[in-house]
Amino acid sequence: MRKPLRWLKAHLRWPKPSALIPLIAFAYVAVIILLPALEVVVGALGKGLEPFLQNLHSEELISAVKMTLLMALIAVPANTIFGLAAATAIARRQFPGKALLLSIIDLPFSISPVVVGLMLVLLYSPSNGLFGDVVNSLGWKIIFSWPGMALATIIVTFPFMAREVIPLLEEEGWDQEEAARTLGASNWQVFWKVTLPSVRWAVLYGLILTTARALGEFGAVSVVSGNIAGQTQTLPLFVEDAYKQYQTELAYGAALVLGGVALVSLLLKLLVEQMIGGLKDDQPIN
Amino acid sequence: MEGLPMVSLAAGRRAGAGLPSWLRLSWSWRITWLYLALVLFLPLGAMALKAAAVGPVQFWELATTPEAIATYKISFGLSFVAALLNGVFGLVIAWALVRCRFPGRRLLHALIDLPFALPTAVAGLALASIYSTNGWLGAPLKALFGIEVSFTWLGVAIAMVFISLPFVVRSVEPVLEALEIDQEEAAWCLGASPRQTLVKVVLPQLMPAILSGVAQGYSRAVGEYGSVVMISSNVPFKDLITPTLIIQKLEEYDFASATVIGMVMLAFSLVSLVVINGLQVWGRHWEANPTTAA
Repeated sequence: MRKPLRWLKAHLRWPKPSALIPLIAFAYVAVIILLPALEVVVGALGKGLEPFLQNLHSEELISAVKMTLLMALIAVPANTIFGLAAATAIARRQFPGKALLLSIIDLPFSISPVVVGLMLVLLYSPSNGLFGDVVNSLGWKIIFSWPGMALATIIVTFPFMAREVIPLLEEEGWDQEEAARTLGASNWQVFWKVTLPSVRWAVLYGLILTTARALGEFGAVSVVSGNIAGQTQTLPLFVEDAYKQYQTELAYGAALVLGGVALVSLLLKLLVEQMIGGLKDDQPIN
Repeated sequence: MEGLPMVSLAAGRRAGAGLPSWLRLSWSWRITWLYLALVLFLPLGAMALKAAAVGPVQFWELATTPEAIATYKISFGLSFVAALLNGVFGLVIAWALVRCRFPGRRLLHALIDLPFALPTAVAGLALASIYSTNGWLGAPLKALFGIEVSFTWLGVAIAMVFISLPFVVRSVEPVLEALEIDQEEAAWCLGASPRQTLVKVVLPQLMPAILSGVAQGYSRAVGEYGSVVMISSNVPFKDLITPTLIIQKLEEYDFASATVIGMVMLAFSLVSLVVINGLQVWGRHWEANPTTAA
């Protein structure tokens, strides 16, 4: 009995200050991030894989998945076009108000998603919106329907692409484009064959961030969707709804699907960072 | 063929001669302005018009009802506490990631991004159950200290901490990486204690990055809805946050109140954007000439 105790005493010393910092960091991250993440996995798979897969067959969940994918399918391409256009317009020029324009593009990051949803309601709501009469006379349905939800998703996610591409394009400079132009390339050709390839990693990075956020957006979509199960419910809304109605297992099932998507996006992001040369492990510690 | 983006740079180059360049809008500019108008200026304008229609006296009344003020205290107060907490621990985490080599460093690096990547509804579900009275962390807290976290203001604070954690880490990391060890060695050689070196040499250089991260996290936590709404009991005067109050007002068809409180939040967002930009400019200025920036 003595021996193991003595061994423990010898080997379990109070950690040195140099080890203390990583330990504190880990403890904090474990309580705030890691344990909640594990909770989702355990909550969804705690009773085995079978019930989890059964839950995925829920009709409302499948419809929520479709709705979520539709949101991403609309928001991601639209924001990619905007991001590239804005980047080519803004990045390599100096003009008065450039800093202001960049701040305006960043605005959705600082506005609460709920306020984004509220703005859309105040614009398009048939009863109280600024354009309510126009929307009514055209017979459109924007609020409590997919167009409003898609618009909300677009607003919340549009800064990502522009934000990733602009700094890279600023760094790259003009030389290659000028060379291409003197060789007789048209504007389109220069864009497709020179500009776009030179920022391809930033575009990929932007795509990952935009998609992840579009699939997971909750607040803005929640305000405009009306949350009608089986119709205007996205997967994040489904998680909340199922949880509120004490269908805990369904909530966890949907949460795990979303968590899986988040994990994949995170891994892809790390992979791209590695390609660009993000975490430099071989460098000596300074 | 009218080219897509290159017109802009060609126009930019020749701008001195003919028309001012901003009059000759290229395709890229047209797309940018049209898009911004549709998805940003139009909704913002609608809200501003609706708020203006309320009238200043009623605006003030609706913005300062006891119910609204109670939510401001929760939203702005708790977010501040959460952001400060993350300022301290974010610095520790960034220090560990940059200056220390330990097993699991990559895992830590990846975990920091999780609050950005994880949908807020999932985070809310996970936090609410883990801190509930029969959850992994909630049960021991209840048994040992009698503290209940989920469905109280403490839970709201935890959700805000979760959502704003990455900002300080991500803002401090690059600055810490660029910091040269020479200065610290010089301080040591001149007889400074480790603590003096930290307080007088290292921390001042990190301050702009720390403050900018804290401000970003604060702004995010104030606006956060998804994760907070699931861990909060959403009872007015107890743990109701301002974004949830806006939604409750909308559900009651009280559009005027919703608009006014939304404008208060929007004003806060604009101010925080200016502050964050200012802090970042200060940080760049510091990098350029660290001796005079103080």
